[in-house]
Amino acid sequence: MAAVMPAPAASRVLMSGNEAVARAVWEAGVKVAAAYPGTPSTEMLEVISTYPDIYAEWSVNEKVSLEVAIGAAYAGSRAFCCMKHVGMNVASDALMTLTLTGVVGGLVIAIADDVGLSSSQNEQDSRYWGRFAHVPLFEPADSQEAYAMTLAAFELSEKYQVPVILRMTTRINHVKALVTVGERQEFVGAGFKKDPSRFVMVPGNAGKRIPLMFQRDNTLRAEAEQSAWNVIEPGSDRRVAFITSGPAYMHVKESFPDAPVLKLGFSWPVPFDKCRELAVLADQVVVVEEVEPLVETELKAQGLKVIGKEILPLQGELAPPVIKPAIARLLGELVDEVPLRIKPAQVFPRPPTMCVACPHLGVYYTLSQVRNLNISGDIGCYTLGAGHPWQAMDTCVSMGASMGVALGMDKGRGESDKDKRIVAVIGDSTFLHMGMQGLLDMVYNKANVTVMLLDNRAVGMTGGQDNPGNGRDIYGDEAPRVDFAKLCEALGVKKERIHVVNPYELPVLFKTIRDEVKVPDVSVIITDQPCVLIKDYHKLKPFEVIEDKCTGCGNCIDVGCPAIHVTRRAKEVKPNGREVDLAFVRIESSVCTGCTLCVQPCAPGAIVHYAPVSPIKLVTKGCGA
Amino acid sequence: MSDITNILVVGIGGQGVMTATEILAEAAIALGHDAKKTEVAGMAQRGGVVSSHLRFGPKVLSPQIAPGTADVLLAFEAAEGLRWQHMLRPGAMALVNDSRFVPPIVELGLFDYPDNPVADMKAAGTKVVAFDATTIAQGLGDIRLGNTVMLGAIADHLPFSADDLLACVLQRFQKKGEKMVDLNRRAFAAGRAAVGTAEAATA
Repeated sequence: MAAVMPAPAASRVLMSGNEAVARAVWEAGVKVAAAYPGTPSTEMLEVISTYPDIYAEWSVNEKVSLEVAIGAAYAGSRAFCCMKHVGMNVASDALMTLTLTGVVGGLVIAIADDVGLSSSQNEQDSRYWGRFAHVPLFEPADSQEAYAMTLAAFELSEKYQVPVILRMTTRINHVKALVTVGERQEFVGAGFKKDPSRFVMVPGNAGKRIPLMFQRDNTLRAEAEQSAWNVIEPGSDRRVAFITSGPAYMHVKESFPDAPVLKLGFSWPVPFDKCRELAVLADQVVVVEEVEPLVETELKAQGLKVIGKEILPLQGELAPPVIKPAIARLLGELVDEVPLRIKPAQVFPRPPTMCVACPHLGVYYTLSQVRNLNISGDIGCYTLGAGHPWQAMDTCVSMGASMGVALGMDKGRGESDKDKRIVAVIGDSTFLHMGMQGLLDMVYNKANVTVMLLDNRAVGMTGGQDNPGNGRDIYGDEAPRVDFAKLCEALGVKKERIHVVNPYELPVLFKTIRDEVKVPDVSVIITDQPCVLIKDYHKLKPFEVIEDKCTGCGNCIDVGCPAIHVTRRAKEVKPNGREVDLAFVRIESSVCTGCTLCVQPCAPGAIVHYAPVSPIKLVTKGCGA
Repeated sequence: MSDITNILVVGIGGQGVMTATEILAEAAIALGHDAKKTEVAGMAQRGGVVSSHLRFGPKVLSPQIAPGTADVLLAFEAAEGLRWQHMLRPGAMALVNDSRFVPPIVELGLFDYPDNPVADMKAAGTKVVAFDATTIAQGLGDIRLGNTVMLGAIADHLPFSADDLLACVLQRFQKKGEKMVDLNRRAFAAGRAAVGTAEAATA
């Protein structure tokens, strides 16, 4: 991304939580910032990369991004890394030892929890990393706090030489609100000073650091008790008091403006005395926290009488329509279920689709035509291949899991699938993130799996970020590009089992897949066409359907391109008496980019290049308006 | 509660719903309001449902609009208007682009698209003004002007003046030259007029 002039200090700017954190990272004088893209965290690094005087990088995975940040912090510079919640599962190996060494320059790790699963494979509560790793944790409730807490987190990190976690949720990362921004501070790191007893974590050294970590817990708890981020708002309605944090605080204030509230901004270690102070203000105390009962469990262990997940859900956001009736029931009040004047209408679902002309369409159309496959999938746009019309993905677990799961499916065959062909599908960036190791494992352990490596030269699902597979860095500058065929060969895949195929050439793709699944070895089929949303993609002449020639066979619909629309349906009785459904189609030529995927299965040749009556402007993405 | 204005903008990923809401937020902020804008749009870029919430007033707490409390619903697509109409408070208005985006899941015959979403909304008791922003935009020579047509459509249903909103819209296109500014000015006016005419016809 191009560098921009940062907004001047004291401006009030409409910023998402991600943009607010990025601004604070820049203002804090951070020298190194690293991340792997992941919704809803992605924009933090994207925005950081537009600021001057800060090194930003897309790392190959979250563990590496944290390690890069650790190195910079050891060298005395301020460092930042961010990730989505599942990213910390990957990075946690480094975190759990980082807590022993501590840091020199400030290190802040922003973790974005996808509460409500808008774009994730699970829902996790990253506050547990604070407890598990014995590190302090902040929870902003809006963009202004995300900004201010990031700055405070760097101060705290240096004061106690400890990494600090900023726990965000989708409802912080992606909400835009006003932020008053400040000046950039200069921060010059002292440089790396060798100290093996601290930085070389062998048993003898690490064992001596553990008591220091526990001591630090007590110091940090005392700090949390005094922190201006943990505030009691006394309120006037003494029936129920609330202990809450993050976006749930806003929902509580919206729902119960007069209730006493302890807002935990510096929420780990839990300030027990502050909680006790609140408890005396009301008859009952309810802990409102997204997602798990972390604070609740801690307080109960302290002997505090609090209510939490007995009345509130363990999943999803705690918005006013969730909190209000739960509290009303607790108080024995009539539940204020104002019947909606209009009941929600029953409307067809509109799941995300692949884009018009997406290169993955050809892959899934083909996989759906090959019989007898079990398909181990992975995480990215191509996970959509599990849906209609292809239904050509049978598992999806975690980044890179398609490899190991495929190997396990091969070795763990049961009676019913002893003759099934095992296919693994993985994208370029996911392969580099955590798939390479799995492929090596397959080769080493002599698997019988065909790998589809869908190289579209982008981290597609998160917005087409650059990665080592496309030869550009986060700034869009040229960078060394991985040669996937050579990489697979280096991992031990036989050269004759590696094929690079154009996914728009359906007959070649079909033949290659059908042949390779029959070979009892590890094969890799690499598709090599770019994501249609990145600049490497070039549009071709659009197509249209000649109405009179369309026979309604529906082959083109099975490709799954959103530019194909049904104009009418009919039924036909075949000579053998079988009734078949016909669907006659048109192509929305204003969005068609001429990929030919629908042309190839069209038997009557009804799809031809579009001859516009008057010049039209093509829209470049999505469905148009 | 009543000092907060709740505007719900809905449509499909790629239509510019989030940008439209952001421009509405900028207009509210320019007039001194506090504002929060939120949506869940993780995978919405891929043709999924997008609903974008804007709340503004003296001080906004929760960014989310509760069902039954939206003051205006601006729908970029007919069935999406129907999908979200229950979010409106009693008596509030839905402004609906009556053009259809039929997703592959319907084309595959797995689900039906409603015969007449706008009629369904009216039958449910929703006050609806429907117009065809897509055709209006095409008439102006560029389908991408649909976004500005939609902002024009809502311009007379806000607690601030249409001119205040227009200023924010045009500011976005300043850098793209006078021609783009002028096109968007016309698109805004056309959207405003379309709603005005439709309202007059039903009054």
